[in-house]
This record gives sequence, structure tokens and C-alpha cells, in this order.
Amino acid sequence: MNIKNMDKSYFEVIRPGINTTFQDLGRKNLYHIGIPFSGAMDNRNYTLANEIAGNKINSPVIEFAFQGPLMRFKGKKIYFNITGNVNFYILKKKEKIKGNCYQNYILENGDELDILSTDKSVYGYLSISGSFDIESQWNSFSTNIKANIGANDGKKLEQGQQIKIIDANYKNPKRQLDYINSKIENIRVIKGTNFNYFTEKSKKNFFNKEFTVTKLSDRMGMRLEGVKIENDVDTNIKSEGIIKGVIQVPADGNPIIMLSDHGTIGGYPKIGVVISADYDKLVQLPPGSKLKFKEIDLADAELLFKLYEMETKNLVSKIK
Amino acid sequence: MIKNISNLGDAALYCDFGIEVDKETNAKVIKYFKNIKEKKIKGVTNITPSYNKLIISFDLKLTNFIDLKKIVENLELKEFLKNKSKTIQIPICCDKKFALDLKNLEKKLKISEDKIFQKFFSKEYYCYMTGFIAGHPFLGDTDLSLRAKRLETPRVKIPKGSVGITEQFCNIYTFESPGGWNIIGNTPLNIFDKTNQLEPNLINPGDTVSFNQISLDEYKKYG
Repeated sequence: MNIKNMDKSYFEVIRPGINTTFQDLGRKNLYHIGIPFSGAMDNRNYTLANEIAGNKINSPVIEFAFQGPLMRFKGKKIYFNITGNVNFYILKKKEKIKGNCYQNYILENGDELDILSTDKSVYGYLSISGSFDIESQWNSFSTNIKANIGANDGKKLEQGQQIKIIDANYKNPKRQLDYINSKIENIRVIKGTNFNYFTEKSKKNFFNKEFTVTKLSDRMGMRLEGVKIENDVDTNIKSEGIIKGVIQVPADGNPIIMLSDHGTIGGYPKIGVVISADYDKLVQLPPGSKLKFKEIDLADAELLFKLYEMETKNLVSKIK
Repeated sequence: MIKNISNLGDAALYCDFGIEVDKETNAKVIKYFKNIKEKKIKGVTNITPSYNKLIISFDLKLTNFIDLKKIVENLELKEFLKNKSKTIQIPICCDKKFALDLKNLEKKLKISEDKIFQKFFSKEYYCYMTGFIAGHPFLGDTDLSLRAKRLETPRVKIPKGSVGITEQFCNIYTFESPGGWNIIGNTPLNIFDKTNQLEPNLINPGDTVSFNQISLDEYKKYG
């Protein structure tokens, strides 16, 4: 008998969850052909998942939204951790263990991992100490279900499928981090290139009134509702490039924030752009959340990004 | 040639080439695009050309707006030789089952179906840009008699391969997608091929496209 075959380990997907995909740091230099960046929505939690697992920084992880997958592990053993604000259980033959985020756990043959829900947040991450046996496309494993690109044939996880695991490592079984995600209600924004398309009243409202995240939000974009933002120049612009974080306002006056799987070209006026430092927190706001936009200038946004980076590095250094 | 460079958020340059939508302006955008792409400037993560804008996004960990703006402003531009004006032939079937907005267009434009086809198929089109969804080309310019506004209520689902017109432009939906253009037919060709890592797009910015009308039987032969 082939020893390698005996050693094969995999997850069997019993319940795929709502929107469960493989993600890494995303793919570059393809906007001009219409392929967005993709990649993990919440970069910090993605990074922490890989760091706790002891993986390379750009390793693919499983990202889930709201409800995660229920998976059965087959094989010898594997260490994993989950990041975000996530309720999950490890189901062993005779016990049920409630899991804590930011901590490595072991799964043995036949154990099940039940990722029930993300708590008052949207995205969570599952990283294993090892690699998923998946294919990359354009130097990234990130799955873009809209264009059918990336790992898993460009599709979400499906019920009954198997996810093979290779190169399992057992070096850092006990790594963990004490960390609680903080929430923000104020999203800091740099004025957009079409800020002056909007009425004086609406410019004021944009930075003073509260907006609500609607259910029509996904990896492509977040639609908001609140006071209507009125335009007195033109509700369309000649189509041009978009980047993540851009806030567009179409004719109906409801802002849409472009997120990681956004279309690469768009024709609605850009009222603002969410700063890089606030992106991770923004994407974690579930439907029904209230938010306010705060105006900030470029220099301050750059400084806040440096602080954000330092905080992430600091957290990584606290993993033990 | 760039009229103004401003920041789009904290991690992108917004290069403005003016408000004109024409080949000349777009050719300048594409020239910058090709030069910047070839230079492989540190930190640049994406370059998106459009009719008259170029957006350069970057990794804020590796560079910043002021440094990158200087590099772009001082760029020595070289000419790229055009491929011997290759014209890409795209077959379109305009059978009723595909031409979702033909009847409406007849009313909107006040010209007959035959006239619409005659005007549409007699021209060559220039590719200004690709994007929105993967491989999706923005082509122009259509005949003056064919210029209609977008649908008032965009469709939630437009079938893959649909060919649409609006204003001075026409397009091809490379995937099933939402959209508001007036659909006049469907091509059996695969405009975006994800298995082709180097050249996934059949049509690229700067290319010329001509359409030819095919019957439903011919369409089916493409399988």
C-alpha cells in the first residue's frame, strides 16, 4: 500500500455556509482587463490567522461570511485557528468544545468543525497549519465567484465537496493571541474626485448624518441608506476606473461603497474614498449597522495607515 | 499631456486627460498606461485606463501619493509601435431571442430594425477600454442615428455574450451581469478566456473591432 495515500487528509464539507471562499492577499495588475483585486476582506484578521497558524504571509485561508461551514476532518491530525468574532464548536466523538478565536486547536480523524456564525460582524477566517491543495490563478488563490476565477474553480464551497490538505505541520500547536476586535461607527473618508457634483446641503449631510448598512451588501459592495445625497451637476460621469473604498452615489441618492470584488470601471460620481486604515473595520459592519463619515485629509490618512500597520505588527509580535 | 494629477483616496493617483471622449485623448491615456506598466514602478498595484482618465493604485506600505506623482510627472514616454492595425471580427446573431431591446430601440430612435442593423454593421469600432467585468470592452463610436440612453431600469441579468449600445458606445457582456445598455444581439465567441493567462481578453484597448451578422443556425454551429 502507498504510504502517501494513507496519509492523505481532507475536509469534507457537510454544510458550506453562506459565502465561503478561499482568499489570500489578492491579485495585482489586472484592473485593466476587468479583474478586481479580491483577496481577504478583513486584512488584519487574515494576517493574524496565518501568523497564528505559522504559515507564510500570503497563504490562502478560508473566508466565510455570517454563517460559516460545517466540515468533517479525515486524516491523522491538523491544527487550525479561527480569527474574527466567530462562534464555533469542535465536535469530537464524546465531547463538544466551544472554540475561542485566535487560538490553535487540533482536529483528529472524524472530528467536526462547526462554524456557526460571525458575531455582530461579517467575515471570519479559518487557517490551518499546512496548505489547502488548491489551484492559483494569476498568482493568487483568491476566489472571485463573479468571474469564476481562482481556487475551487472560482466557486464558493459546496456541500459534499472535499478539500485536500497537504504539508501539514505540527510545529506551533499552542500559538494564540489575546485580542478583541474593536468596532467603529465613524468611517474616515477623503473627499472624492466628484465631491463638487453634490448640493451644498448634501455635502454637509454626507459628513453629518447617519447611514445604515443595507442587506444588499456583499464582497463587491456595500449599499447604504439614509438621507438622500442630491446631485446638481450630473448623476453620471464618463466611465472610469474604480478602486476599493470608493463611495459612489447613483441617481437614487444612496451611497454605494466599492469593496474587494468591485467592478473595475464605473460611471457614477465619486463623493469620497474610505481611507485604507478603516477598510477592515468597514467591511465588518453587518446590515443594520449605523455609520457616519468623517472627513480627513491625505496626510492624516497616511499617518493613520502607518499606525494601523504598527498595530498589526504589534499584535503579531504578541502571538505566543 | 496629463492635465492634472490628484489623489483618489490615500492609495491611488487620478490622472486627468480632459473631458473629451475621442480616440486622440484615449490614445494618450493608453500611451501612459503602457509606459507605466513597462516601468514596473515599485508599489504600483494596478493601472486602469479609461476614456480620458488613468487611475494608478498603489500599496501604501511601499510608496505614497507624492512620491508616485513625481515619478509619473517625470516619466520619459516612449512610443509603442502599434500592431499592424489588426481588426477583430465578431459575429453577432440578432435573432429575436437575443435582441432584447430591438423593438424599444426602433421607437426610441425612430428608425427601422433594418436601418439599425445597416448602420451598426457598416462601421468599425475602436476599443477605448476593457473592464467593469472581466474582459468587457467599451467600443465606439456608433453612428449618430443609433445613440440612445441607457434603460431607465437596468436589467438584473443580461445574458453572457449580449451586445449592447448606448450613447456613442457599444459593448459585449462577457459574463451574465446586471446592466442597462440596449441589447441588440449576442455573440457566440468567448470574449474572455480565463484559461489564457497571458492574453485572456480577445479585445484590448486600442484594438479595432468589426461585427458581422449571422443567422441563428450559424450561431448554433459555434456550440
